[in-house]
Amino acid sequence: MKKNIYLDYAATTPVDERVLQAMHPYFSEEFGNPSSIHAYGQKAENAIETAREVVAEVLHCEPAEVIFTSCGSESDNLAVKGVGFARKSRDGRNHIITSKAEHHAVSLTADQMNKLFDFDVTWLNPDEFGMINPQVVADSLTDGTALCSVMLANNEIGTINPIGRIADICRRKNVLMHTDAVQAAAYLPVHVDELGVDLLSLGGHKFYGPKGVGALYVRKGTPIIPIQTGGGQEFGLRAGTQNVPYIVGFAEALRLTDLERERRAAHVKPIRDHIIGNVLESIPRSLLTGHPADRMPNHCSFVFEGVDGNLLLAMLDAEGFSCSSGSACKTGSPEPSEVIQLLGLSRDWSLGSLRITLGQGTTVEDVETFISHLPAMVEKARNLQ
Amino acid sequence: MKRVVVAMSGGVDSSVAAALLKEQGYEVLGMMLRLWSEPGKEDSNRCCTPDAMALARRVAAQLDIPFYAVDARQPFRSTVVQYFLDGYALGVTPNPCLVCNREIRWKFLLDHAKAMGADYMATGHYVKLREQFPAGLDSGTNSTMQLLRADDRSKDQSYVLHVLNQNQLRSALFPIGNYSKDEIRSMAKGFSLPSASRPDSQDLCFLAGEDYRRFIKRNDPESLVAGEIRSVDGRLLGRHSGLSQYTIGQRKGLGFSSSQPMYVLDKIAETNTLLVGFKDDLGRNELTVKNLNWISETPPPETFWADVKIRYTARETPAEVTRLQDGTCQVRFDDPQRDITPGQAAVFYQDDLVLGGGIIV
Repeated sequence: MKKNIYLDYAATTPVDERVLQAMHPYFSEEFGNPSSIHAYGQKAENAIETAREVVAEVLHCEPAEVIFTSCGSESDNLAVKGVGFARKSRDGRNHIITSKAEHHAVSLTADQMNKLFDFDVTWLNPDEFGMINPQVVADSLTDGTALCSVMLANNEIGTINPIGRIADICRRKNVLMHTDAVQAAAYLPVHVDELGVDLLSLGGHKFYGPKGVGALYVRKGTPIIPIQTGGGQEFGLRAGTQNVPYIVGFAEALRLTDLERERRAAHVKPIRDHIIGNVLESIPRSLLTGHPADRMPNHCSFVFEGVDGNLLLAMLDAEGFSCSSGSACKTGSPEPSEVIQLLGLSRDWSLGSLRITLGQGTTVEDVETFISHLPAMVEKARNLQ
Repeated sequence: MKRVVVAMSGGVDSSVAAALLKEQGYEVLGMMLRLWSEPGKEDSNRCCTPDAMALARRVAAQLDIPFYAVDARQPFRSTVVQYFLDGYALGVTPNPCLVCNREIRWKFLLDHAKAMGADYMATGHYVKLREQFPAGLDSGTNSTMQLLRADDRSKDQSYVLHVLNQNQLRSALFPIGNYSKDEIRSMAKGFSLPSASRPDSQDLCFLAGEDYRRFIKRNDPESLVAGEIRSVDGRLLGRHSGLSQYTIGQRKGLGFSSSQPMYVLDKIAETNTLLVGFKDDLGRNELTVKNLNWISETPPPETFWADVKIRYTARETPAEVTRLQDGTCQVRFDDPQRDITPGQAAVFYQDDLVLGGGIIV
């Protein structure tokens, strides 16, 4: 059987063995419901409260400002809807600012609030690197603005946004600032005061934690209502029995990520730069998408003119290379991704996108194998057009 | 290990084809074409609805083979669907499946399969292949690929594959041609494939189960020009609503009354006339075939006898075939044949062997 080389760490990561170990006791031994009064419940409660402290330490916030959720998308939904609805009912603010390059968890949520719940939405255009200029945020603020949501790092093109400067501008106008840090947290510090944000979304499986668990940082005093109502768990902001083992895993994964941040970045960054240099040099009619410098250290993304990105992915997969594309579509009806179209590329370029994202399991040898195969495959895919 | 791409549909035939090849030790990849559907009807294209694709994906997962969807919407629309509309606009009854096999399945998809590093492409068609070596040899390089009818004659699909050439056949595998449909169904159960109980498909995929006439009304309304209905002896009997709305042999719905039942005999595009007559007028002993494809790529003798099939569902009938200077063939039957339909293919057989065929003029 041929060896598969995984180059899609932005999609998801394997669970760290140490994380798995930390989770293990909470399935069948310490299985209690954290809301229960008895000893089982108390042990489980202790586990999630310890996890909350661990997360708070990484975020540099109070434990009571950490809400555990089921995933990054839920965190985004809770932030945008929860704050939007709260502010609208409390002080009549019904304007949301977000960017066209956001993850769908934010953009489709804002779109729904616009269409069904009478919110105004300003859609910010990124520049040609996919970056949001703080000035365009400043130009969009009104007295009715409730929330601004701009992602910390883009999942498709890896660009890092100047969130600190955007948050400063918002704060001066009493506008709350949310950032989706789901993609960023694997390599960038998520210090909420340095970023200056009021809300920040995380998802466990992007940094060697389990899927199905996330968290939302909510600064103390932020007007917010729960989106999932019911029991009083998570300070009344997220009803439902907590997923204890996954919350424990989430916290351990985030702790390890914070602890090993520099070492992890130092592993992937030179490999990233090697791939980018090599691809741009060896493949004609290729472009890097996203910002050349302000980008995730594990993130390479390209477009190739005249290539069907979906086909290229299939060809790569057939040779054992697991990558991704902005136009990836499992049902054979690819459309250029909205984000890549925003960069000002024509359809002929934007359909041919390729994303290669690295992780701690990536080796130089694997990447050498990959870059030795890629040019011929791009050429083959191009000839089929 | 030889790599083979199986063109999957989610149906039982292509699923078993993939399972058999995997069992035979090939490295199998599943691919599925995303074909064109009318806007808003994407859920009902018979071959590639999201449901069918989900099923094919399940089958691939069960067989532990990778699965990829290929976007063929644009080329399918511009070749297959256009051919269908153009044919009807010209007053004939086209068979778009022929064009799909030649241009989409066995060209577009085959090219993609080759780009994926495949040595072969396989489909779930009921046909067989034989490699024929020059006399006295049983190996060598000068072989010819022969296309043969399936063992299960009731399922034989050679009619739609007579358009293939040697290059295509050299890359082809047809793993289910030696089996009956019943055997395939029971094998599907044996492999525990989720498609085992799906019904067979019949109509054109892009019609989405609808009558072709309504499809033409929506997609090529300009082609519908009303005209005269005349009898063989020139009498004006009524008006028609566009030649494409009628088929050869049609009796009902002609819109005029007559003492004896009358049938559509021919569509004369030049004068936009629908020609009708009595039952006895329906049969013809002769037909002409154009755009011929000879599978061996060597034309047969100038005159030869063959079993000729004039529609997908017709029974083959012996006829004398004469190749003419202009590249067409004259086909002469002993007895008159009903429903000879211009635009459909006439396919020539000798025993199991498919010689080739062309389009009825």
